Amino acid sequence: MITQLLLKDAAVRRGGRLLFEGVSLNLAAGEACALTGPNGSGKTSLLRAVAGLVRLEAGTIGFGDLDPADARGEGLHLVGHADGLKSARTAREELNFWSRWTGGAQASIQEAAEALDLVSLLDLEVRRLSAGQRRRLALARMLAAPRPLWLLDEPLSPLDAKWREGFSALMKRHLDGGGLILAAVHDPLPVATRSLELRQ
Amino acid sequence: MSRLSALIARETTLAWGRGGGPLVALGFYAGVATFLPLAIGPQHDRLAGIATGAAWVALTLASLLSLERMFERDYEDGALDLLLLSPVPLELTCAVKCLGQWLATGAPLAFAAPIAAIGLGADPGLSPLIFLCALLGGLAFAFIGGIGAALSLGARRGGLLTAVIVLPLFVPPVIFGGGALANFAGGLPWTGGIAFLGAYAAAAVAFGPLAMAAACRNALS
Repeated sequence: MITQLLLKDAAVRRGGRLLFEGVSLNLAAGEACALTGPNGSGKTSLLRAVAGLVRLEAGTIGFGDLDPADARGEGLHLVGHADGLKSARTAREELNFWSRWTGGAQASIQEAAEALDLVSLLDLEVRRLSAGQRRRLALARMLAAPRPLWLLDEPLSPLDAKWREGFSALMKRHLDGGGLILAAVHDPLPVATRSLELRQ
Repeated sequence: MSRLSALIARETTLAWGRGGGPLVALGFYAGVATFLPLAIGPQHDRLAGIATGAAWVALTLASLLSLERMFERDYEDGALDLLLLSPVPLELTCAVKCLGQWLATGAPLAFAAPIAAIGLGADPGLSPLIFLCALLGGLAFAFIGGIGAALSLGARRGGLLTAVIVLPLFVPPVIFGGGALANFAGGLPWTGGIAFLGAYAAAAVAFGPLAMAAACRNALS
């Protein structure tokens, strides 16, 4: 169980260009950090580095005293622009597969679909969903399989006002349950207790 | 276990639908088997001599068809990222993908291979051996093909690159399988060729996933 995310002097280089360096962060259970910065400043790359998908040029990323491979394999969710949903499959197939893949139980899949008001959409192909509905489906995967660390890449942007509020309440509940959130945002993140700005 | 069974179901359905899945491979295969007598001429003894070899080569080419999409779609839509965030090692995930590819194209082609060979005039007594060769060869083609598909991730015209990477590696199974079939037809010892084909397929299953996982990690980071 991840209770801490610790970045020390992290630096990431992409395509020969140093995106950022010297980034440090100490996030504890129950805290949310808003990651801000102009386009191209490396917000997505930082999230992907925490998820272990991008190599660090320098610095370290730690998850308390957990082994990083275990922490990443069982302790975190990543929701970004590339949501991994197959447009030709139904929302139900995708939700079921990803929940089982991340260790969710059948009952919690149903609960997640209800919490994000997806029940009536589950039999549609993913390609029929609007951008906001599709994002809700991507977010439902996180609720279906509880994992402490949420890495979110502009989670609110395709959502309407009602669902921005609705998902903010779900984030609040996650934090109250001892979760951690690191979210790249352009608009203010209502539940943020910390902020980290990347400069170019 | 629940994770793996979910993944196997997903990969097989995706492979089944990928670029037409088995139908395109089978259609291509039927096309080659039909064109051959049209191009070479319908003389029975001439065709019968090359029937098994031609069926075998056509099978090799048909199994190239949907390789390109094996990793590419998951790479482009972000699913590959999420597949990594699991206790299941990426090597095993890659192996399951290849298995899905084999079930969706290799296995249907293995059923079609004896029919094509007999249609071209091969001795029907060869069919069980042709089926076995196609099944084993298909396994090797799927796991070797996966390496090519993973290595060409992120490249434009990935399909072409996959074929160029993979074809030289298809040479040994083509030789072993073709040799076994020719020897069997000629009444010579043929088990050696099958044994080599099986060994090559086993090596591909064992080592292919390591190469695929490394290539996927490299493409993502």
